[in-house]
Amino acid sequence: MSRGRQHLSEMVMSGEAFLEQLKSKFGDRITGANLTAIDPWIEVAPEGLVAVCEHLRDDPQLRFDMLNCVSGVDYFEPDEKKAKKLDWDRHVEVVYHLSSLSNKTSLVLKVILPRWKDDKPGQLPEVPSVSGVWSTADWHEREVFDLMGVWFTGHPDLRRILCPEDWVGHPLRKDYEMPLEYHGIRGR
Amino acid sequence: MATQVDDPRIIEFDVRTDEMLVNMGPQHPSTHGVLRLVLRTDGEIVSETTPHIGYLHRCAEKIGENITPRQWIPYTDRMDYLAGMNMNLGWALVVEKLLNLELPEKARHLRVLIVELNRIASHLVGMGAYGLDLGTFSPFLYAFREREKILDLFEEACGARLTYSYLTVGGATADLPPGWLQKCEAFLDQLLPVIKEYHTLLTSNAIFVRRTVGIGVLPREMAIDHGCTGPVLRGSGVNHDLRRDGEQRYTEMYDGYAFEVIVEQDGHYPRDHDYPPVPKQAVLGDCWHRFYVRMLEVMQSIDLIRQAIDRYSTATGSFGEPVKLTEKLPKGEAYMETEAPRGQMGFYIVSTGNGAIPWRARARSSSFCNLSVTEKLCRGCLIADVPAIVGSLDVVMGEIDR
Repeated sequence: MSRGRQHLSEMVMSGEAFLEQLKSKFGDRITGANLTAIDPWIEVAPEGLVAVCEHLRDDPQLRFDMLNCVSGVDYFEPDEKKAKKLDWDRHVEVVYHLSSLSNKTSLVLKVILPRWKDDKPGQLPEVPSVSGVWSTADWHEREVFDLMGVWFTGHPDLRRILCPEDWVGHPLRKDYEMPLEYHGIRGR
Repeated sequence: MATQVDDPRIIEFDVRTDEMLVNMGPQHPSTHGVLRLVLRTDGEIVSETTPHIGYLHRCAEKIGENITPRQWIPYTDRMDYLAGMNMNLGWALVVEKLLNLELPEKARHLRVLIVELNRIASHLVGMGAYGLDLGTFSPFLYAFREREKILDLFEEACGARLTYSYLTVGGATADLPPGWLQKCEAFLDQLLPVIKEYHTLLTSNAIFVRRTVGIGVLPREMAIDHGCTGPVLRGSGVNHDLRRDGEQRYTEMYDGYAFEVIVEQDGHYPRDHDYPPVPKQAVLGDCWHRFYVRMLEVMQSIDLIRQAIDRYSTATGSFGEPVKLTEKLPKGEAYMETEAPRGQMGFYIVSTGNGAIPWRARARSSSFCNLSVTEKLCRGCLIADVPAIVGSLDVVMGEIDR
């Protein structure tokens, strides 16, 4: 009995071969990769995301049938002094953790977005929804929208899920400030 | 005396029903906490269910990016408050993955022991509360009687009865007290015959069977598509358990342990010969199957604990000293899922390499995904079946809302 889920690089094919195959199929829509990270990840351009995801799900060799988690990460340092020392630019990442029940493999996809669309604060960055590929994405994308402020285009019902519907702002943004009051309840 | 009606349409008009929106929850005894369901009903038939969640949202993820991973352990307790140990373990393992920390053998067996014991406690509540949902009160009391003994054991080990914070990054906060293993073994000996009582009370009870068989059928494709995990996924006949199929860092905890994944094969479950057979009318993926998987997982956990006790008492090394409270995190990110009682609980940690506080702490909740199928499962069912379906998913709102 074989035990333990492995990274794709050890199971179906090597990570490099897999990446090459994806690159030859999707060209410059695969914008980067890190195969030496703890969980190796592949970076996809927003416009190619749905096609890549459909391929990953439907390819008989890959069969990533389960979307485990969609998370948003805000790379922004509000403190200017600290921000000068950092080795990355401001951006928002949407991270997709996939796994295949039949192959017992896992994979991480990343989409890198600007913090605000067209650099206008308040305009949410956009990424196509993958809720048509995996239904898990439906609620997960609502949560990322609610807490991180990412607009998923093509989502059937994109509204807040954890915060009340009239809440202002997206709490997991690093520059988020609690409202002074909400319906008469003191915020800070 | 039968009444004569000239025009049958008159009767139809009399009993015609209008669509009505029924609000169930957030304070409703059968919604397991603060879940609110808005049902669109036509008479007794539910045509649409909209779950509203977030009533227990406590910003756990935001808090997690302002404190160190060990300080976040108590917050993980409060996610799935019925299985605090499993939550502690999930977060501890992912931080250990980021730190690339190996644990002594004894610490691993201690974790298996504690986590499986908590799984029993959690499934007992799941079982008892499910009885409550379907209108029988006594199984709940029986379940809590046994769970109480597990809580006593936990109290002796770590001082807390619900929010343990016992398993932590690097191992556990303390070793088990002397004599604890004997008490645990005595408890298991006493629990075995009691399980049969539960099966008599619920599993083979005619009313219970009628209320659960063929209700809320979740086909395996839908379960996978929605990211359902744990007993919900296995109840749909998918042979998947992270304790066997998970990441190596997690499965090596269970290396050498003998256990079978509880999943139906040819109308039978592994080692179900002592228990009621699968009812003839039962459909794979219905409420009954989900319930039965949980009941058999209690047996599975008893076996695992017995094996863990043997290994723990002979293992050498320490129980695993916790890392420093302000252990510096390397730059990088790690994601990992563990098999919690309600399904695969995933944690995601991102660190930019500046100090001990993670840049992002994310919890992927199993109940969150499991609950998302209610919309499809409840379509066209009776109002009375809604609690039966939601109860069979065994959700904990603390984990969904975080």
